[in-house]
Amino acid sequence: MNRYPLWKYLLVLFVFICGLVYTLPNLYGESPAVQVLPIRANLKADNALLQRVDEALKAANLNAEGVMLDPTSVKARFNSTDDQLKAKDILQSKLGDDYMVALNLQSRSPQWLTAINARPMYLGLDLRGGVHFLLQIDMKAALDKALETASGDIRSTLRDRSIAYSGVSRDGRLVTIKFRDAETRSKGAFELTQRFGGLAFNEKNGSNEILLLVTLKPVEEKRIQDSAVQQNLITLRNRINELGVAEPTIQQQGLDRIVVQLPGVLDTAHAKDILGRTATLEVRLVDDEHQFNEGSAAPFGTETFKDRDGSKLLVKKSVLLTGERINDAQPGFDSRTNEAAVHINLDSAGTRKFKDATRENVGKRMAIVLFEKGKGEVITAPVIREEIGGGRVQISGQMNTKEANDISLLLRAGALAAPMEIIEERTVGPSLGADNIVRGFRSTQIGFVAIAIFMIAYYMLFGAVSVLALGANLLLLVALLSMLQATLTLPGMAGIALTLGMAIDANVLINERIREELRNGNTPQASIHAGYEQAFRTILDSNITTLIAGIALFMFGSGAVRGFAVVLCLGILTSMFSAMMISRALVNLIYGRKLRLTNISIG
Amino acid sequence: MEFFKINRNIPFMSYGRYTTTISLVTFVLAVFFIATKGLNFGVDFTGGTVMEVHYSQTADLNKVRGQLTDMGLHDVLVQNFGSSHDVLLQVSLKQNVVGAKLSEMILDKLRQQDASVEMRRVEFVGPQVGKDLVENGALALLLVSIGIACYLWVRFEWKFGLAAIIANLHDVVIIIGFFAFFQWDFSLTVLAALLAVLGYSVNESVVVFDRIRENFRKMRKTEVAEIIDNAITRTMSRTIITHLSTQMMVTAMLFLGGETLHYFALALTIGILFSIYSSVLVASPLLMLMGVSREDFIKTEKVTEEVLP
Repeated sequence: MNRYPLWKYLLVLFVFICGLVYTLPNLYGESPAVQVLPIRANLKADNALLQRVDEALKAANLNAEGVMLDPTSVKARFNSTDDQLKAKDILQSKLGDDYMVALNLQSRSPQWLTAINARPMYLGLDLRGGVHFLLQIDMKAALDKALETASGDIRSTLRDRSIAYSGVSRDGRLVTIKFRDAETRSKGAFELTQRFGGLAFNEKNGSNEILLLVTLKPVEEKRIQDSAVQQNLITLRNRINELGVAEPTIQQQGLDRIVVQLPGVLDTAHAKDILGRTATLEVRLVDDEHQFNEGSAAPFGTETFKDRDGSKLLVKKSVLLTGERINDAQPGFDSRTNEAAVHINLDSAGTRKFKDATRENVGKRMAIVLFEKGKGEVITAPVIREEIGGGRVQISGQMNTKEANDISLLLRAGALAAPMEIIEERTVGPSLGADNIVRGFRSTQIGFVAIAIFMIAYYMLFGAVSVLALGANLLLLVALLSMLQATLTLPGMAGIALTLGMAIDANVLINERIREELRNGNTPQASIHAGYEQAFRTILDSNITTLIAGIALFMFGSGAVRGFAVVLCLGILTSMFSAMMISRALVNLIYGRKLRLTNISIG
Repeated sequence: MEFFKINRNIPFMSYGRYTTTISLVTFVLAVFFIATKGLNFGVDFTGGTVMEVHYSQTADLNKVRGQLTDMGLHDVLVQNFGSSHDVLLQVSLKQNVVGAKLSEMILDKLRQQDASVEMRRVEFVGPQVGKDLVENGALALLLVSIGIACYLWVRFEWKFGLAAIIANLHDVVIIIGFFAFFQWDFSLTVLAALLAVLGYSVNESVVVFDRIRENFRKMRKTEVAEIIDNAITRTMSRTIITHLSTQMMVTAMLFLGGETLHYFALALTIGILFSIYSSVLVASPLLMLMGVSREDFIKTEKVTEEVLP
């Protein structure tokens, strides 16, 4: 009765071998690597790029362990971090700004393993080092801004249609338009409803005032919030590209939050600067008529700003154009002079405004001012050569490619839809990450050995079988985590240790049951059989309750805790398999064929 | 080798009065400490900034404090962390006026005195985040309790589900009581440990309950108290051995897992000790108290017998 059909043995063997193969990449470890990613859409990671990287490295006498191509990038692996850093500098200067060169870790496992998608476990930030940010988008500001723009548009619409009104004012989420009589109001309401689909208009008569109240429709509010998140995500992605981080994670979390994870980033100050920038952009005219005097107040209608070199500039207060009219800004080259340049794309309203402004001010200088946290800085102040229509603006002259890059990044940054704030940061230095791996590994190892010694001493051969099953459990768990590429965190490592400690429960249940059956005078074969059968239901029940806890942790936990939950849930599954199938298969192999079994080694 | 060769049933149920008193007293004490001392919530929940920095020589904590006072931070918790080279700084949200930038400012300041300062870890949690975490944690605890109770209800009987969940929440409250009494750092990982304990210690109750059900079916003429005593006595060996094994792993974590895992392992240790106690001496007496009887299981079988021709 204690024999498995052949297919069951084969199944156990197959699962075990799969586990072994997928665990293998973890044993090879990782080497420092450099990853080259094309930034522009028209560039591809192809063999030509592979060759360029290879040649550049050979020219610099850097020995790469291997240079390989994957769908999105070219990776080069090195012996030491020294070589890795050198290679990064060399490649960045050789390849130019069209490519991002990032530091990375690359698995040392042989090609055939990578080919069957066997990769090492994906380590969380607390194990590999890096920064985790949680950013909150200020939705109130986004909605306020949308309404502010709307009230401006309402004014110009009413003026265009020559509908008389005596005032448009915004108070929080409510815009109030005052009319002189009810007739113009209904005319105005009709015109406005036609033009602004996203706004709700309600008539209201105050004490001898005839008012039209304007609010955002809920649908429109939702749309603005969604697009704010989307635009912020895109802007963040662009900004983070400039940081040169391999495998960054930028994800929406909940309604108004964005998670940013940057593995391996050490310069957190720089990262924060880039992320936390809440910038708005304004285009104004430079006042060249007045002489700027240090110490004296700026003339009426102007203010002074510093430019990027630190010298001061007198700028008019009236705004020609704001940042939200800018769709895009890209660095490039002037097609005639081949100088570095920044290309700006405006939206339709911006195009109109810009055309008027440039027509009236040919020969004057305009200043593009970036406001960050209430402080303005002139990014650039080019001379207006001619009237610019069509919405395509080029700024060139006196800048190099790096400056063009910076300026376009700053201009794009100005297009952030709503300000963001860092509400959570978790940074782990690489040395602590490495320590954490060692600690987690060592405690699992020692715990495992202690359990093994105890189990074998207490249950003899059945103890040894239990230990083998436990080892198989560890193997399968690691393999499963590697296969799923679930993020392994430090609590996750604790989870591995804990599941092993808990997995022994199933083995103990079985062994105790067998002993009990033996005590009751049953034959060894019958006892083994009854032990496994009887224990099965109990094991199932007790594991399902733990699984419920694990799933709840996964649903409500965040970050590192979630890593623990994943391990806990997977560990329960593997431990059930190893206790029921693997240990049974071993026992069947050992005792199953002996017909006259009089004595079994269970202590 | 065998530790437990017990032939006679140990009359656990007749101790019911004492064990219930003990549980009640520890429970009330735990609630008392939680209420009076409160929990020492970690930065995960309260918000604030925690920094761990590493010096190449022994760190002079007073100098560090002085530097922070220079920055206008008067009430910063500065202590050694693990070794004399490592320093842990904790700044409350109240004092932090610059948000996420604070850690860089502090690091710059510390570097002025000793350029070798290495940043090991920074955690900044804003006020919005902590509230969410507390809510999510409480929700998870509630959901796990309901989920487990429902599962046991379906698998056994409602009395079992209720008894198990009361016994195990009793464990959780006692762990929290320990954290309140010693003012240990209550972090997100400790919360995870609590939920793991809840799932784990229900295991205990399930194993005993399983035996009780089996006994009800096998031992038709025996008293309820004796049935339960027999179930506990016969599963006791397994209970102790299993917990010993799990505790071996947890002990390894407690001493070798580093500071981050220390409190996690501590919560598990308390949880494991009390779950032995509660599954045997709380859940089962509760079951008696609720008047579990053979009919709870046999009833359904009788009905099917009548229906069948």
